[in-house]
Amino acid sequence: MHAGIIFLAVIVGSVLFHIFTPWYWTDVASNWGSMDDTITLTFWIGGGVFVAVCLFMVYCVFKFSYKEGRKAEYKPEDKKLETILIIATTLGVAALLAPGLIVWNQFINVPKNAIHVDVMAWQWGWQYRLPGEDGKLGSTKVANINDSNPFGIILEDPNGKDDVLIQSDVLHIKNNRPVKILLRSVDVLHNWYVPQFRAKMDAVPGVVTYYWFEPNKIGEYEVLCAEYCGLGHYGMRGRVFVKDEQDYEKWLQEQETFSDLVAKQEEIEFSKTKLAKK
Amino acid sequence: MAEDFNDNRTIQAQSSETISGAGAGVTPDTDYVRPAEVVDQDLYHGHSFITKWVFCQDAKVIGVQYFILATFTGIIGLILSWLMRLQLGFPGVASFMTAEHYYQFVTMHGMIMVVYFLTALFLGGFGNYLIPLMTGARDMVFPYVNMVSFWMFFIAVGVLLASFFVPGGPTGSGWTLYPPQAILEGTPGSGLGIILMLVSLVLFVIGFTMGGLNYLITVLQGRTRGMTLMRMPLTVWGIFTATVLAMLAFPALFVSAIMMTLDKLLGTSFFMPTILKAGEILEYGGGSPILFQHLFWFFGHPEVYIVALPAFGIVSDLISIHSRKNIFGYRMMVWAIVGIGALSFFVWAHHMYVSGMTPWFGFFFATTTLIIAVPTALKVYNWVLTLWRGNIRLNVVMLFCLGFIVTFVNGGITGIFLGNVSIDVPLSDTYFVVAHFHMVMGIAPLMVIMGAVYHWFPLVTGRLLSEKLGKWHFWFTFLGAYSIYFPMHYLGFVGVPRRYFEMYDSPYMASATGLNEFISTAAFIVGASQFILIYNIIKSLKTGKPAGKNPWKANSLEWLTPEVPPAHGNWGDKLPVVHRWPYDFNVPGAKEDYITQTTPPSEVLGAEVEKT
Repeated sequence: MHAGIIFLAVIVGSVLFHIFTPWYWTDVASNWGSMDDTITLTFWIGGGVFVAVCLFMVYCVFKFSYKEGRKAEYKPEDKKLETILIIATTLGVAALLAPGLIVWNQFINVPKNAIHVDVMAWQWGWQYRLPGEDGKLGSTKVANINDSNPFGIILEDPNGKDDVLIQSDVLHIKNNRPVKILLRSVDVLHNWYVPQFRAKMDAVPGVVTYYWFEPNKIGEYEVLCAEYCGLGHYGMRGRVFVKDEQDYEKWLQEQETFSDLVAKQEEIEFSKTKLAKK
Repeated sequence: MAEDFNDNRTIQAQSSETISGAGAGVTPDTDYVRPAEVVDQDLYHGHSFITKWVFCQDAKVIGVQYFILATFTGIIGLILSWLMRLQLGFPGVASFMTAEHYYQFVTMHGMIMVVYFLTALFLGGFGNYLIPLMTGARDMVFPYVNMVSFWMFFIAVGVLLASFFVPGGPTGSGWTLYPPQAILEGTPGSGLGIILMLVSLVLFVIGFTMGGLNYLITVLQGRTRGMTLMRMPLTVWGIFTATVLAMLAFPALFVSAIMMTLDKLLGTSFFMPTILKAGEILEYGGGSPILFQHLFWFFGHPEVYIVALPAFGIVSDLISIHSRKNIFGYRMMVWAIVGIGALSFFVWAHHMYVSGMTPWFGFFFATTTLIIAVPTALKVYNWVLTLWRGNIRLNVVMLFCLGFIVTFVNGGITGIFLGNVSIDVPLSDTYFVVAHFHMVMGIAPLMVIMGAVYHWFPLVTGRLLSEKLGKWHFWFTFLGAYSIYFPMHYLGFVGVPRRYFEMYDSPYMASATGLNEFISTAAFIVGASQFILIYNIIKSLKTGKPAGKNPWKANSLEWLTPEVPPAHGNWGDKLPVVHRWPYDFNVPGAKEDYITQTTPPSEVLGAEVEKT
């Protein structure tokens, strides 16, 4: 069989695979459908270039395969053709870059009404903290973390008192309301990633990183750790529930605040000392 | 560059040229080449077995030594990839496969393939063998240092492989070795394993610098008469530029390896912030994990081009020779190589869009990354335009070149996805990335390596490899590798993260199971088919068809040595004199379909060659 036919089959096969693939995006469940759109655009332009270049190659292989005595063309350069190709490529690349940068600009500028969520990662698990009625998260310090202060909240910071603490890997968020995920880690790199929301960012020990999204489909989603973090990496999962306002508020009311926790612990301390006195 | 020709662009040499000009001697002045500036020096010739074959100073032998040792480590890398694919496609089949081993295999596979296989093979292997021969030098300029370079590489490989046998095993921190996890409990091999890895890298860089200085200075100072820079084969341009990159990029790896070793052994905190582990605050503080990533990728991205540029150069020559046509747009190709090389130092943080670095970097690095696509695309156009109106020999060498074009364009396009910052957000750390970089810097350069092996084997051994076995080898490798990595991109779209020992039961990932089984099966077949090549090499060494001189009718100097295979010193009594670029194929008016670089204009009267 002529080699050109097999190459042609590879090109056609790739295109058919792309059209009929059962493996594709999960349904997007956030505002980042714009990322999918940028990918689609890149598919059209990039895929077009791939097919065009490969088909041209296959054509050459058919048309110009070796014949004894045939003279190949001797033409070291073609300035005009080269200039056209440079300009066309530059335009194509600019057409891809521009939407990419526009979406990135949206990605790094968080809407003012976003609810802040502190996502704390460790080997190997997650826990979450939401601001209380003041809408502000208290500041934290890794060195403060202990059994009675699992998030390492700085006690002197008044903003921390009413923070809602969720000592579980299950987070609930409100549908159609932007969420600003504030990531931190107490040990190594992690990454809080929900494929359906599209967005992700590493959690880095020593700094707080962030990203935002606006969920738009009620449901349950799996959280994956997307940055290698050692032996338990693949098992470092969590869950997110996107809920409507009512369900969300109901859930929020049931959660414990930092002051609740402190009070509870003081009570325990108190009863312990009382017991000891008796 | 121009003094050897008249001013008109197309010249016709005439036998009645007047003899004039100092140093022209008795040749017509069209054949004039500047006299040598230094006298030809004799080399140190080894006599014992040890000095001839072990601690040898002949760049050709050193090249073969590099080639064999790099291939050996590459086969270890291949076996590790089989074990990984076994786990991913058929989890639970191998009882010894724990998460610990899986991560160790992933790490060692990655580091071996990138550094100890591809880099060593292209620069140490092809660079050593081809640079002196293609530029008309007798050897590298510092043969002794060159010999030490190989043995440093040998020790580096030894230290790397020793880590398989130390308590705790080799490091399992991923080939990027990101701290803090790389040196903390919880990552396999975080004790001796990571230390040996870092020591091995330091040794590799030291050895590599010795070799690299040789390649650079040989190209700059060791070329023969008439071999101007713009007459060098693109192979030499690719290897030369890659070596410049290596000399500038490897120091970043070197210092980061040393700093991490200090963090591990002396408790410094270059990369270590305050860390809480198992309820205890560790004695670290104030360091930055992201600093390591900047240093690593400042090395790591040029590293991609350290592998790619030699491949670009070699494939250009192979396509030209086997299409019987000059490479299209030679000067553009040279400037594209140099431009890509320079730009490659301004794109590193596109590996770090979601690393938590300042998000403003995203704009800058996305722009530089997409700019680099322009010279890269130009190279692709020029390869296919070289085929246009050529006289294409569809032999094994050409098949691998065509395979390279398909896989490289494919991998290049997916690179535009990942380089375009906001598209990278959903795709980074998924199998899309794994598929992309294997296609573009795994399979595509491998296609070139294979093509180059079939092309230059006759030069090294004097015998041709079997075409029939070669075709089987090609189709298994190309179709197999393409069916591994093309569908793998789609796992990334699904959202399957990389570096997962097991997928578990994520609902939307269940559909990936069948695809993973298919990919793993293809990986086993592709891996096994490499033994066709090894068999072909061993068989052809003894019984292959004698190649004779210049079996491909190439123009470049390496085929024009007085002896084939070339002897120590390459050129016998007299160094070659170069009159033209190496791409004069099918020149109008010439009798043969090729004019070698050493052919003076007076011998090809009437040939309308371009001025080079």
